[in-house]
Amino acid sequence: MKNLLADIGRGCIGAVSGLGRVTDFAGRILYWSFTSLPQRRILMPLMHEVGVRSVPVVLATGTFMGMVLAVQMYSQLHRLGAENAAGMIINISMVKELGPVLAAVILAGRVGGAMAAELGTMRVTEQVDALTAMGANPVRYLVVPRFLATLLLTPILTIFSDAIGVVGGWVVSTQALRIDSFFYWQNTREILERWDIWVGIFKSFFFGGLIGIIACYKGFTCGRGAEGVGRATTMAFVATFISILVSNFFLAVLFRHIYNHFIGVTAVR
Amino acid sequence: MTEDALIRLEDVHKAFDGVGVLNGVTLDIHGGETLCVIGESGCGKSVLLKHVIGLMYPDRGRVLFDGSDLARLSGKEMVEVRTHFGMVFQGGALFDSLTVGENVAFPLREHTDLDDEAIRERVHEKLSLVGLSGAQEKRPAELSGGMQKRVALARAIALEPRVVLYDEPTTGLDPIMADVINELIIRAHDALKTTSIVVTHDMVSAGKVADRIAMLHGGRIIIDGSPEEIQNTDNPIVRQFVEGQAGDRIEQLSHMGDNP
Repeated sequence: MKNLLADIGRGCIGAVSGLGRVTDFAGRILYWSFTSLPQRRILMPLMHEVGVRSVPVVLATGTFMGMVLAVQMYSQLHRLGAENAAGMIINISMVKELGPVLAAVILAGRVGGAMAAELGTMRVTEQVDALTAMGANPVRYLVVPRFLATLLLTPILTIFSDAIGVVGGWVVSTQALRIDSFFYWQNTREILERWDIWVGIFKSFFFGGLIGIIACYKGFTCGRGAEGVGRATTMAFVATFISILVSNFFLAVLFRHIYNHFIGVTAVR
Repeated sequence: MTEDALIRLEDVHKAFDGVGVLNGVTLDIHGGETLCVIGESGCGKSVLLKHVIGLMYPDRGRVLFDGSDLARLSGKEMVEVRTHFGMVFQGGALFDSLTVGENVAFPLREHTDLDDEAIRERVHEKLSLVGLSGAQEKRPAELSGGMQKRVALARAIALEPRVVLYDEPTTGLDPIMADVINELIIRAHDALKTTSIVVTHDMVSAGKVADRIAMLHGGRIIIDGSPEEIQNTDNPIVRQFVEGQAGDRIEQLSHMGDNP
């Protein structure tokens, strides 16, 4: 019993101190992001890696997510004779939830893991120490560009994911499932507000920041050798994935309150 | 201890997970000399070197550079101090994502206002010094171990620092390449009038480059003297190391078990 309590206590202290270290790391990233913008020659290749090279996979997953939503929505709504509502549900799901979360999760796996592995390798091969020894700040030089790349490009990739998901859902709904295109868009226009689109985009900024911070933190604090780098890479994805899902819930609650308080209460929301 | 030391370590203690690595190291390094710190693998030589440049800070004790306690310097002051240092890491620690030329140019871009042309000239000059003037456009991954160490040396001296630190510069190299590195250490020292600290377990290298040799054992400096004094000492631990004899080390290591 005593050992159990001690283990729980140790776990709690570890969790709180870990959170403190991540917060301190995030604080340093934000400080350097505002005080010293990275050089173009450093930022651009990272932007290319994070943004351009993620476009195919984001488009592919967005398309099929929209299409599968259409199939599932149709089979449920058909029983109720409300097939025309499919567009409304597919589009609001894509724009508010699935688009941002899907794009962020893809980036967490594709880019976050790679960043953690790259920085972890730099840590174990003493390249990070070499930077410090040369009077350069590793956070400013290595982390800030990666953070800015994920922060700025996740929303753009989210917009791509939203758009292609909406198109995919529309194609399947109207061409394969024979839902009337006019009602498909009419219902969407009635329910989807500009606010919903902005919520999705804001969330994607937040997720992008999370990916950059967590992936870089895991890389920077990785253990020794190949095993340490491997573990950091896995942990970067797992921690980012969970953080995205948990924060998505709390952001949804937060935005619902903001909407109700400042914009107006509706029966649907 | 003397008053004119450029770098001074005073009773430096450092422990990792409760295991003491440095247990009261006191050492003076004077301007212009080449000090070799020798000792067995894992005895804390690299940890000691990292304290000198502020990559690690002591749990107890002080590290002074030009009379300033490194632990008390602000971030900005520490950056200024580090411009007086160059460091050659054990594995080279070249930046994979940059070419050889960009690696050598890095400290120049970071700390000087030199234009591209002047930087190109300086990079060429330093790479020529280590015999690699044609390798500017190569990536570190394309180079052999010896070439990587030479590029690391060129990068370390790019800013023409007052102090150059070498962490196991000849480890993993064949005898000829190891001697090339030794010659380059001497050449860089003579050309730039630097103070050098070389951490090594290679007695041939230490004998060739050092003005003074200190041996780290059990977290303390157990001997500090000229290469001749080290060679002729009666201290059994030093003799065992200098002669490269295992003696009863296998039994000792077996007794240490999980707590080396």
